Amino acid sequence: MIRLSVAVLSLALAVPVAHAQKKYDPGASDTEIRIGNTNPYSGPASAYGTIGKSIAAYFRMVNDQGGVNGRKINFISYDDGYSPPKTVEMVRKLVEQDQVLFVFQTLGTPSNTAIHKYMNAKKVPQLHVATGATKWNDPKNYPWTMGWQPNYQTEGQVYARHILQTKPDAKIGILYQNDDYGKDYVKGLKDGLGDKAKSMIVAEVSYEVSEPTVDSQIVQLQGSGANVFFNVTTPKFAAQAIRKAYDIGWKPVQYLNNVSISVGSVLTPAGLEKSVGLITTAYHKDATDQRWADDPAMKQWHAYMKKYYPEGNLTDSFNVYGYTVAATVHQVLKQAGNELTHENIMRQAASMKDFRVDTLLPKITITTSKDDYAPIEAVQLQRFNGKQWELFGDVMTGGH
Amino acid sequence: MSIASVKTWSVPVLVLAVLGLAAIALPFVVSSYRTFQCTLVMIYAIALLGLNILTGYSGQISLGHGAFYAMGAYCTAILMDKLGVPYWATVPLAGAFCLVVGFLFGLPALRLEGLYLALATFALGVAMPQLLKYKALEGWTGGVQGIVILKPEAPAFFPKIGLPLDPDQWLYFFTLGSTAVMFILGRNLLRGRVGRALIAIRDQHIAAEAMGVNNALYKSAAFGVSAMYTGVAGALGAIAVQFVAPDSFTIFLSIMLLVGIVIGGLASISGALYGALFIQFVPNIADEVSKAAPWAIFGVFMIVFVYLMPTGVAGAARLLLARAGKKAQNPSAFPREESP
Repeated sequence: MIRLSVAVLSLALAVPVAHAQKKYDPGASDTEIRIGNTNPYSGPASAYGTIGKSIAAYFRMVNDQGGVNGRKINFISYDDGYSPPKTVEMVRKLVEQDQVLFVFQTLGTPSNTAIHKYMNAKKVPQLHVATGATKWNDPKNYPWTMGWQPNYQTEGQVYARHILQTKPDAKIGILYQNDDYGKDYVKGLKDGLGDKAKSMIVAEVSYEVSEPTVDSQIVQLQGSGANVFFNVTTPKFAAQAIRKAYDIGWKPVQYLNNVSISVGSVLTPAGLEKSVGLITTAYHKDATDQRWADDPAMKQWHAYMKKYYPEGNLTDSFNVYGYTVAATVHQVLKQAGNELTHENIMRQAASMKDFRVDTLLPKITITTSKDDYAPIEAVQLQRFNGKQWELFGDVMTGGH
Repeated sequence: MSIASVKTWSVPVLVLAVLGLAAIALPFVVSSYRTFQCTLVMIYAIALLGLNILTGYSGQISLGHGAFYAMGAYCTAILMDKLGVPYWATVPLAGAFCLVVGFLFGLPALRLEGLYLALATFALGVAMPQLLKYKALEGWTGGVQGIVILKPEAPAFFPKIGLPLDPDQWLYFFTLGSTAVMFILGRNLLRGRVGRALIAIRDQHIAAEAMGVNNALYKSAAFGVSAMYTGVAGALGAIAVQFVAPDSFTIFLSIMLLVGIVIGGLASISGALYGALFIQFVPNIADEVSKAAPWAIFGVFMIVFVYLMPTGVAGAARLLLARAGKKAQNPSAFPREESP
């Protein structure tokens, strides 16, 4: 009898305990979750601003559908004009004044570097940052910061694997932008080639963003006798390099970094006929690719654009990117349930297992763990056919 | 001493005393984010005072003062990060460095008049971010990646006297002290012989020369001092933001500084403070009004300010004071400031 009453008593106690399991840090309540963000809505990088707008549109859609576990998302996004000091100011506002639960998709390598230490000192998650630098995957030293897209080194490794598979006798010439973005790619390629890097790479030339053209570098690479060209350049220089190589009759196998795959702003100025055969990588579906015209996920994306972001550009891949990354954090929030604390958000973000957003390319999934802060690690190769990119081969990951 | 002259002195002193007390109390009443913002305002105010010495007082337009701000910031970052110099010592060093560079840049550049000087300084401002990424300097500047520096803690002395300051509060007071020193120095410089000589050069350089003012020397010196102020501001800015990178100091910064002195009031010491408030807070307000076109909103603010206060906020404040003075029927009692 005593035993029974103890059991009843403990049951009675257990019920309120279950209710009390709701745990909140600043930024979360029974009705709301506040998420902070900075984006360059103005300034030199304002082309990226549409990412912030498409994420805001995604959360409007989520709220219309009843929110996450009954809570509405309050997405607070400020303009930082791609200026790191402004990012610091705005992120401090988000964390200290607006009291957001976490910061999400802050954009730019320098901007995120500026707040890296601050976020980790404050122990507020800096989630899914919008940059491909490798340093965001460092859970040991920076447990509160996580990237999202495949990083530049991973991409370099993928090209290396493809070269080793298809052209074991390759003589590789590299053109790269002289900064940490360019060097990340080169490091990835060399890591991927392993021991063979020394013998296979015959020329390595760099350029400064301040240089007017890369013509002389291309001539230099041709002179080196390279039959594979690894092109690590930003859009303007990518167009120059592709055109110049074609014009001087240099016909190597060309690998172009994912940064410059825009058909409109790179390949068209370079000349579409001169771009035939370029190889690059992709990880999410392209908005202009006819193959996805009847794809249910892309149809859903079109419906979302029409209803929640009608002023957005339907051919801009950044809007697919924004939708996809917002869907990822949506999943993190679903998993977090009623325990909306900084710690649990980070824990959930770091425990995704083969999660798929259907706007990612088929077979590309998101997996993280407490030692692996790189959500997307796989990409697929694609080749330019003179009109559009054509996917080929299997999904590939980095590694040696 | 007449009653009028007693009033002349006591009113501004009283106002200054109240402002000073308010400034000291501020970090204890507002959040640390606001404290940080106010620190930034003071830093901008120093930079604007520097630019005002050049543009407002000696009449030379600079479109490249962001470059000196960057130099000051990088001086501090490199000294702290690579050489382990304590943060407070880097500020005067950064100022001295910019003084020398500014003076040297001023020597040839000042043979250029008006718009041509504006273009020469513009070139400096445009070139600066790329120079900072230059390969040969990368070992020092950290290239595009920039330099992350540590936030200074308040000296151990404060907790001992029962006044624990957090790093933001301490930085605020450190900046407040620097600002006070720079403004008092600036006031003494500009209200004295040097200031009069600069104004004379601005208004009529031939007459100034005839009066024995060495035009070239004064102009170069004005350039150097102006660069020093901006460099000190840059140094403080680097400490406050804890990060420097080339992208922090684009040409846009130079333009904003120019906007700040015009809105605040050319050739006015207090104008630097008003201008700093403007360039710190109005872009934030604009962003809150419209995400789609924040700079269009900013433009509207600018046009409204320029139309309503053609001599800057400082000029408008002076006008209001004058009206109030007239009402008190004591027209000789209000303080005079140099007008452009």
